[in-house]
Amino acid sequence: MSVIQLVLAFTVSLFLVSSLAFESDELLIDDEEFGLEGGLTRPQSPPPTATTTSRKRFSESGSDSKIQFNLEHAFGDSQFSGAGNFSSRLKIWNHGGQTLTKLRFSRNSLNEIEQKNFELLQEDDFYRIRLPSNVLSPPGRDYIISSVKARCLTGEGLEENFVIHMEGLSIVAVNYGAPGACPYPRQLKLPARWSFRSHTVLRNSEQAPRAPIFSEDVGGEDAEGEIVMPPERSFWAKYWMYLIPLGLIVMNAITQAMNMPEEQAAGQAGAETQRGTNSAVRRR
Amino acid sequence: MAIRALLALLLFLSSSHFSFSIYEDQVGLMDWHQHYIGKVKHAVFHTQKTGRKRVLVSTEENVLASLDLRHGEIFWRHVLGTNDVINGLDIALGKYVITLSSDGSILRAWNLPDGQMVWESFLPGSKASKSILNIPKNLKADRDDLILVFGNGCLHAVSSIDGEILWKKDFAGESIDVQHLIQSPHDDIIYVAGFSGSSKVFVHQFKAKNGDLLKHNDAELPCGTFGELLSVSYDMLVILDDIRSKIVTINIKEGDINYNQKYISELIGDSSGQAIILPSKLPGIFALNLDSHVILLKLTNEGELVVVDKINNVAAISDALSISEGRHAFAFVQHGDSKVHYNVKDVNANDLNGDFVKESVVIDNQRGHIQKIFINNYVRTDRSQGFRALMVMEDHSLILVQQGEIVWSREDGLAAVVDVIASELPVEKDGVSVAKVEQNLFEWLKGHVLKLKGTLMIASPEDLAAIQAMRLKSSEKSKMTRDHNGFRKLLIVLTRAGKVLALHTGDGHVVWSVLLRNLRKSEACDHPVGINIYQWQVPHHHALDENPSVLVVGQCGSSLAGPVVLSFIDAYRGMELNALSLSHTIAQVIPLPYTDSKEQRLHLIIDADQKAHLYPRTPEAVEILQQGFSNVYWYSVEVDNGIIRGHALKSNCIGEVVDEYCFVFRNLWSVVFPSESEKIIATVTRKSNEVVHTQAKVMADQDVMYKYISSNLLFVANVAPKASGEIGTATPEEAWLVVYIIDTVTGRILHRMTHQCCQGPVHAVFSENWVVYHYFNLRAHRYEMSVVEVYDQSRADNKDVWKLILGKHNLTSPVSSYSRPEVIAKSQSYFFTHSVKAMEVTSTVKGITSQQLLIGTIGDQVLALDKRYLDPRRTLNPSQAEKEEGIIPLTDSLPIISQSYITHSIKVEGLRRIMTVPAKLESTSLVFAYGVDLFFTRIAPSRTYDSLTEDFSYALLLITIVALVAAIFVTWVLSERKELQEKWR
Repeated sequence: MSVIQLVLAFTVSLFLVSSLAFESDELLIDDEEFGLEGGLTRPQSPPPTATTTSRKRFSESGSDSKIQFNLEHAFGDSQFSGAGNFSSRLKIWNHGGQTLTKLRFSRNSLNEIEQKNFELLQEDDFYRIRLPSNVLSPPGRDYIISSVKARCLTGEGLEENFVIHMEGLSIVAVNYGAPGACPYPRQLKLPARWSFRSHTVLRNSEQAPRAPIFSEDVGGEDAEGEIVMPPERSFWAKYWMYLIPLGLIVMNAITQAMNMPEEQAAGQAGAETQRGTNSAVRRR
Repeated sequence: MAIRALLALLLFLSSSHFSFSIYEDQVGLMDWHQHYIGKVKHAVFHTQKTGRKRVLVSTEENVLASLDLRHGEIFWRHVLGTNDVINGLDIALGKYVITLSSDGSILRAWNLPDGQMVWESFLPGSKASKSILNIPKNLKADRDDLILVFGNGCLHAVSSIDGEILWKKDFAGESIDVQHLIQSPHDDIIYVAGFSGSSKVFVHQFKAKNGDLLKHNDAELPCGTFGELLSVSYDMLVILDDIRSKIVTINIKEGDINYNQKYISELIGDSSGQAIILPSKLPGIFALNLDSHVILLKLTNEGELVVVDKINNVAAISDALSISEGRHAFAFVQHGDSKVHYNVKDVNANDLNGDFVKESVVIDNQRGHIQKIFINNYVRTDRSQGFRALMVMEDHSLILVQQGEIVWSREDGLAAVVDVIASELPVEKDGVSVAKVEQNLFEWLKGHVLKLKGTLMIASPEDLAAIQAMRLKSSEKSKMTRDHNGFRKLLIVLTRAGKVLALHTGDGHVVWSVLLRNLRKSEACDHPVGINIYQWQVPHHHALDENPSVLVVGQCGSSLAGPVVLSFIDAYRGMELNALSLSHTIAQVIPLPYTDSKEQRLHLIIDADQKAHLYPRTPEAVEILQQGFSNVYWYSVEVDNGIIRGHALKSNCIGEVVDEYCFVFRNLWSVVFPSESEKIIATVTRKSNEVVHTQAKVMADQDVMYKYISSNLLFVANVAPKASGEIGTATPEEAWLVVYIIDTVTGRILHRMTHQCCQGPVHAVFSENWVVYHYFNLRAHRYEMSVVEVYDQSRADNKDVWKLILGKHNLTSPVSSYSRPEVIAKSQSYFFTHSVKAMEVTSTVKGITSQQLLIGTIGDQVLALDKRYLDPRRTLNPSQAEKEEGIIPLTDSLPIISQSYITHSIKVEGLRRIMTVPAKLESTSLVFAYGVDLFFTRIAPSRTYDSLTEDFSYALLLITIVALVAAIFVTWVLSERKELQEKWR
């Protein structure tokens, strides 16, 4: 079975990864396999056989155990009530850290009252969800609450997206919302089917990039080897200050040279006219 | 290659950085610096010797200063660290100033004339206790003059010459509370008196020479005690009993303890009030405060109590001052109707009728009551005794009074600035008088002639000095009207004393000041605290005939439970327009982005009971709020719990009283940090008034990146709980720093990153789409700075020109926080040499000018660092195109260029915060840094590309033009003439 192979490959890769200390193990669960659940088609149905076998495999390896925690929701200001549950495996790393892997989510179908409530929310009110802040001992210190305008969900046809930020076994925050855009004039649109399509992602903290550390001796070797050439500049860039005056002088010389014959000609002509005027004066 | 990069960097540095630095003659042109010391706690006069008369003070800002007694200027000053609180101050050997600080564990001697530290000794001890500094006169051990210090449960005798500890007695084992060190005037014996328990008095006698315990005695008092023991003379102590009805006098002569009790009612008849013994040290008498009267009681040698005087309305009583052998004087002040009456009396006179001085002084009402008085005597020209008094006022200012006049005053409340906002000055109105113009015209001409001389280098040294003085004192700078460039503004400052002052940005003078009634100590509230100051009303439409106003938010007591007080102040005239004392508490103030028809900004005050209150309380404001009701979101940070919550308004309050200005709200989201691994140490948001010029950032390869610009972003820095202490208390393995960027409308975490082996303190600044933060790296043993830039990916595919032409782009689509953000964050870290006290970023009016980070260093200076150095796209070898774009080759540490200190050589002592205000000129940003000192300057991160410099000579330009025009005419005339001559030839 391809699923088993996939799971096996995954566990192997996990163990490989676990030998390196503290890598980000962001787990993006394939939508088709786990995340996407038709609430109506499989409401509270027993999990598929494929996953049960894989669970057996995990329990055989001895380092994992199953953990479940509940999702609760509220409509506007109503009380929170159960909406589904997450099940996941507890992964114990070689260095003692514990994380969750293989998050699966099954959402309860909305019953009549809830559908009514949801319709009431259409006045652009909030649909709120909450999760325990600690998955081992729910609810932990406090619930993690997140909310979204109900119209954002119905606009996309009851599609929802969970990004659960984990720190060890604590949930820090959950980014909840519709996958698409939800700009302000939100249209009132009732969904065709009252079933959620859910996408879930687990996310752990990333490591910050290290400050660059340069070894000191690199520069020294270079300095001995080659004489550092200043960046080559073009001829024009280097000598423009000489070239411009030179050009001006040349231009000047050319215009003078051009003028010379003209002037001679003009001078002659001028002399003639002068002579003419002079003669005229004389004549007068 | 690295060398090449280095050379390129050097080349770049040498070419680009001279613009930050200024020339010597530019100092003081656009910056000012004011020195303060804070509220005075102790004062010791030093006037015996001829020469400079001075007063040494220590203050609540942990400043030790020597002030000129003639003018109030600072001779020298030392700002001790924030944890180094000064407990005692005195003079030893006539040349050393001795300070005891850090709860009696550090003793220092400073040279009196110049303030150099002579010696310092650390006095170890094991138990926290009262700290007492006592410098006995003529008490010697061998040849050393002794200083007696009690602190941390130990008595130390320290040599005043070199600070060596001569002997030490530890009282930590005995559970006693030492209250007094008394020196016997006759022999070298020291009495240590105090309590063990609440009613047992003990006295130890020590030999001063070597610390031998001579005698030890204790006695049980018949009643409990209240307050502190007061030493009236070397062998008499007084204290009140626990119900404050009796005075217990204790005689400790020769180490034996005898006590007497006397009912207060027997002395002065019945009274209803609670008595308090005032801590003034007066030989033979003591002061009892009862029903706002002060009763002076004399303790006779026989141990009898005699009422000497009863004075009304006493504000403060000084300690006694020895004026001659056996004669002592003391002073007290009374508040009259409009004046302050100030009396100096002889302690030993029986009826206290013999006043030395009785004077009245008029003191500005805005200074409040007198809180402390210190006196000093001098010999008048007629050889009689004269007295001067140093008074500490309610607004923390310091006044010296002599001969019934205020000789000088210092506005030392400004050493403890709580919050600042900038306000515009009034618009210049028409109708300026002719005389003023003429005078100005003459001045203007004279000034320009001088400037011209300077430019043509024909000015004499006197002229140069005149030019410099003129530049510094340019009347243009301190005008009370708005200027074209927006350099002149009012800085409205709230001080810890509850005083609001307006400082002019031109030269820093105080334009007006007002002591808020609400923030003064009163019967309703013992410890009012000013919290913040907000813009309340900024008239744009009626700027000519309406004045802007500011809102000061205060609270009674520093706990969350204290009720709120609000004050509204006219920003031009400094008048308190309205003052409200509210019944609800305050947790948060949210200025809303709405204004009403009077241009008053709407504010929501969130109280501790999960209610939001709207101000101003007008029906119009409610109407405006209803329009944007569903769009008001805010967040709250619970630092102790490690929870951040987001809120939105829900509905009106439901209660027995209908209050339409009160709203309840609901929690929309919460982020819960695991308490075992994270602790919030810093949260930073963008400035609400920040302007971003463009969202797009064009890369070198003609690519475009879009900044993720949302005004609802919050930066949170968390550290491991173990590593939340000081640097060095945690190992690198147990320290980490986690940073988050959170959308405050939906609570989404947009970016999250862990720095291993790093810890706080974290200083951060958030602007546009980036955040820069400073922290300590334990593994590298260095401070680091990191930058995170957030880019919007949802707009990234708008690069196609065809899409833009056909209008298929989504650039104009509205942005909603409820849309799923597609962001990427880029980050880079660098080492930074300094530890940081404050961080800020320059802000300009349109956001076009490139930004600079302003870093308040540990040396109390402000360093301007180009944002370009903190660019996550820096690489080791940037390509030619990237270099052209202005990307600097990557280095492991950020450069500190000494010319880029905007404070140049000045230290802003005790720097706490830096504030930037945009000027109207796009290139320029106004910077105000405050701590104990105030410093103001204006900076141009990309130089003043949009204006001529201040010293530009318009006259020279004018003259050149005139000369050119004249030359044209002359040559024209000449050529005409020549032509004519030619023609006539």
